[in-house]
Amino acid sequence: MNTALSWIKAYVPDLDVTPQEYTDAMTLSGTKVEGYECLDKNLEKIVVGRIDKIERHPDADKLIICQVNIGEESVQIVTGAPNVKEGDKVPVVLDGGKVAGGHDGGPLPEDGIKIKKGKLRGIESNGMMCSIEELGSSRDMYPLAPESGIYILPQDTPVGADAVEALGLHDAVFEYEITSNRVDCYSVVGIAREAAATFRKPFHPPVVTATGNTEDIHDYLKVSVEDTKLCPRYCARMVKNIKLAPSPEWMQRRLAASGIRPINNLVDITNYVMEEYGQPMHAYDYDLIAGHEIIVKCAEDGDTFQTLDGQVRNLDSTVLMINDGEKEVGIAGIMGGENSKITDDVKTMVFEAACFDGTNIRLSAKKIGLRTDASGKFEKGLDPNNAQAAIDRACQLVEELGAGEVVGGIIDIYPEKRTERRISFRPDQINRLLGTQIDRETMVGYFDRLELKVDEAADEVIAPTFRQDLERPADIAEEVARFFGYDNIPVTLPSGEATTGGLGYKLRVEQTAREIAEFCGFSESMTYSFESPKNFDRLRIGEDDVLRQAIQISNPLGEDFSIMRTTPLHGMLTSLSTNYNRRNKNVRLYELANIYLPKTLPLTELPDERMQFVLGAYGEVDFFDMKGLLEEFFDKVGMVKKPHYDSNAGKPWLHPGRQANVVYDNEVIGYLGEIHPEVADHYKIGERAYVAVLDMPALLPHTTYDRKYEGIAKYPSVTRDISMVVPKDISVGEIEDVIDVRGGRILESYHLFDLYEGAQILAGHKSVAYSITFRAKDRTLEDKEVNTVMEKILHGLRQMGIELRA
Amino acid sequence: MKEQLEKIKEEALKQIESSEALDRLNEIRVAYLGKKGELTSVLKGMKNVAPEDRPKVGQLVNEARELIEAKLEETRQALARKAREAQMKAEVIDVTLPARKANVGHRHPNTIALEELERIFVGMGYEVVEGPEIEYDEYNFTKLNIPENHPAKDEQDTFYINKEIVLRTQTSPVQARTMEKGKLPIRMISPGRVFRSDEVDATHSPSFHQVEGLVIDKNITFADLKGTLAEFARELFGEETRVKFRPHHFPFTEPSAEMDVSCFKCGGSGCRFCKGTGWIEILGCGMVHPHVFEMCGIDPETYTGFAFGVGLERIALLKYEIDDMRLLYENDIRFLRQF
Repeated sequence: MNTALSWIKAYVPDLDVTPQEYTDAMTLSGTKVEGYECLDKNLEKIVVGRIDKIERHPDADKLIICQVNIGEESVQIVTGAPNVKEGDKVPVVLDGGKVAGGHDGGPLPEDGIKIKKGKLRGIESNGMMCSIEELGSSRDMYPLAPESGIYILPQDTPVGADAVEALGLHDAVFEYEITSNRVDCYSVVGIAREAAATFRKPFHPPVVTATGNTEDIHDYLKVSVEDTKLCPRYCARMVKNIKLAPSPEWMQRRLAASGIRPINNLVDITNYVMEEYGQPMHAYDYDLIAGHEIIVKCAEDGDTFQTLDGQVRNLDSTVLMINDGEKEVGIAGIMGGENSKITDDVKTMVFEAACFDGTNIRLSAKKIGLRTDASGKFEKGLDPNNAQAAIDRACQLVEELGAGEVVGGIIDIYPEKRTERRISFRPDQINRLLGTQIDRETMVGYFDRLELKVDEAADEVIAPTFRQDLERPADIAEEVARFFGYDNIPVTLPSGEATTGGLGYKLRVEQTAREIAEFCGFSESMTYSFESPKNFDRLRIGEDDVLRQAIQISNPLGEDFSIMRTTPLHGMLTSLSTNYNRRNKNVRLYELANIYLPKTLPLTELPDERMQFVLGAYGEVDFFDMKGLLEEFFDKVGMVKKPHYDSNAGKPWLHPGRQANVVYDNEVIGYLGEIHPEVADHYKIGERAYVAVLDMPALLPHTTYDRKYEGIAKYPSVTRDISMVVPKDISVGEIEDVIDVRGGRILESYHLFDLYEGAQILAGHKSVAYSITFRAKDRTLEDKEVNTVMEKILHGLRQMGIELRA
Repeated sequence: MKEQLEKIKEEALKQIESSEALDRLNEIRVAYLGKKGELTSVLKGMKNVAPEDRPKVGQLVNEARELIEAKLEETRQALARKAREAQMKAEVIDVTLPARKANVGHRHPNTIALEELERIFVGMGYEVVEGPEIEYDEYNFTKLNIPENHPAKDEQDTFYINKEIVLRTQTSPVQARTMEKGKLPIRMISPGRVFRSDEVDATHSPSFHQVEGLVIDKNITFADLKGTLAEFARELFGEETRVKFRPHHFPFTEPSAEMDVSCFKCGGSGCRFCKGTGWIEILGCGMVHPHVFEMCGIDPETYTGFAFGVGLERIALLKYEIDDMRLLYENDIRFLRQF
């Protein structure tokens, strides 16, 4: 909402503050000022001058030489303006002064334009006469300004006076951010009331006087409201003998400053009252209202209606309409109809000031796809008691402006009068909530400025109906707080029982995951939780795969963001792809984020949200780097058992020969592998890429941060090396299983130290060599003991068809 | 005899002195002190010495031996030192050659900001609590005093799965869930992903992160809210940071406020970063609305509390001066490496 400070001052005449002081104080008392624009910005040394004499320029046809009286002296100014004549009073910027803009009305330069004396075609010119555009304003604000030329001031303007003052440009337009609860502040009167309270100045709202001739509106018009829930109040008044004309300058200027284009006196009055009172109004051409009857009722399903912007709108039975005796003439609270629109031929008109149900207006506006200034106000839920004040104010302006003859009386359908709310007032409770010690009298003083009455006997605050936001003692506490000043409330720390706080266990494991990933060179990525269902095809996920059972968003931002992901792969591959396309080398990323697995579809209960630890990389990386990272992580989170890798993982997005499920304690906790070349193609990743995914909920029960020191071995170890020729289809994992099982208690560790496939090895075989270490905790091992165990191991290996080499 | 010893001694010392290598010292040792060495042969010639003179000569020989041995040792050490010095001189490296780094990965700026917040609030005794990202409408709205048909629920802002289930638009439902459990007092923060139906641009994302805080106890006041958040701001943005509370409106708190911090770039004097105001808007907060208490089964006459909500991306963008929110979700390694 934008409003000129001069309009506020009209109701708070004692307000004397700079725009910045106003901004700061209003913001701190709860009426947030988003910004302001000073209308006198860059206007310097501009005075009222009277043109005493005009001569032609000897060397230029289009220039004239003016002698301008500026009070004490006279200055010579050369101008090309066509509209000045001797005796005119004009704004004159003197040598060394400044104007805000150029005469073309283009964007205003930040620092204005400096005016210096000089010569124009050889003739000295000691200043400049200004157009309204050069003064930084517009013809919307100053309708009397010529289309192109110098602004001519009224003849009674004193020569030598401050022209900026004379033009009323020592003003500022403020933009407010009004919170949705303060419906009353979507009006000039509402903001002025807050300003008066904030600066402790008297508040003088408009005084609405009785209007109307001796006739009775009831003789002209009949109004009935069928749905009083959706329309709690409907006021109508009439104006006849309409004389359309431009509205006066002061009204146009206030509207223009608020961002509303002046049109004519009637339109301007409705807009002016909407700004002033926050009450939208509508005007109907009386002669176009069939049967001279207005009926407020809902549309019927399938109805269509042409609004006054010419568009045809589809309606249904929830949309409240204004009807005449025959047809629909307006969508209540949103927009009037083409069929009852006021034209320049209007003779008699009906003013409507109603109160409509905010929710219904909001839903209707959405349904119809038409949000207007009026609907924006109605949907916040207006005070029905404001409607009559507004319509009477409009009629007062009609009379003041001579825009027509107001018909006496009012039609007012208001079956259930909204009454003031009473709220318990306990100063001690307020102080306890705020942590303050404000006495009762001070609080009552704040209330008084806000027009809240206090019933001393009942200890109650009586909130006027325009303050619908005040419901409970906490709301009253906020009124106290904001006028006491949030800044003046003390600063303390909570007392009471100490709490330990901390991260939950799950978060701790995630933190370890981050650390390990980063130690291994992976950087953290973040991707969206919703994605496109097309990704399943990109990832070669089968038609019947359970991963396709994804939760759909009913109102997504588009198909690309329409399902909740069931796998973190798309996000990771997209990030890798982005990096690959930008020619980033050796990229390693990880993400910790949820996937969302529905228990049923459509969703009837919350889905299973499973945190995934996903790693992806291309460049100098391979399967075993990924595997190594996983094992480093397992180690750090106390998963001391040996993980197994099942190559029959069956992941269609991975290379069939380079993938494995990670099995821990007989449970699949994740997988890893190389991205299938076709999938890599889909994502335009031109290198081998690897991923590993751990399902954190599956893994979590196996983790622990408990550690027990086991001592450092005191007795020596015995190491034996074995070298084998192994059929190619036997994995080293199977060999290790034999060593594990048969190695018994004295087996300490083993490691693969040679793996070779090639010319010297029997076809279909590979050479594998292990170094196995044995140790006992309590004694030095004897050869015999080790030999027995080795024999068991070797026997087992031979049974698998493995040949031992010398 | 004596002269002979003297001569041997002098000759030996001369040779030792002129030695330039450790090997040479060994040769000298053998030549004079070895089994067939010159000094040893003097001892062997002892039989020709008169018995009464033998102790004297023996003493002389021993003196000579000790002297030579001492000289040998001294020279050996000197030579070894010299050799080491020569070696070290030969081994000089160019320390300005590039470092060999382990290429440790980088944490996402959101997470870094979150960890900062967690550090601060955990230090004040807050527990970090998580909740579901896909949430019941009831927890996301109704229990937070946002009833049916409230404009905040408008489809323009909220992603719906169906009428009852939404993508949470705030992490506040975690507060409602925690309150419902009824374990008081509460000091918690709930970080996490939230969703709003905003098109992607430099300052908007349909998915972002929030950290909500909640404190409930007997006698919690607005003054406590101010004190806590002022402390938080100083921890996060530096000791000099000042805070300002402005009245605002949120459905689930009353009174409500927005908190600004003094611009950490210019210190409050006004710059481009703070649009000349000297202040930067950082979070929303307020005293828990009594109706929220009632809906979660807590007696608002006995308990009071405060709540606040911070946008994590906002903190990250401000703190690290990131000028486009989209960067946070692109995961370009050249971006991530800067954190």
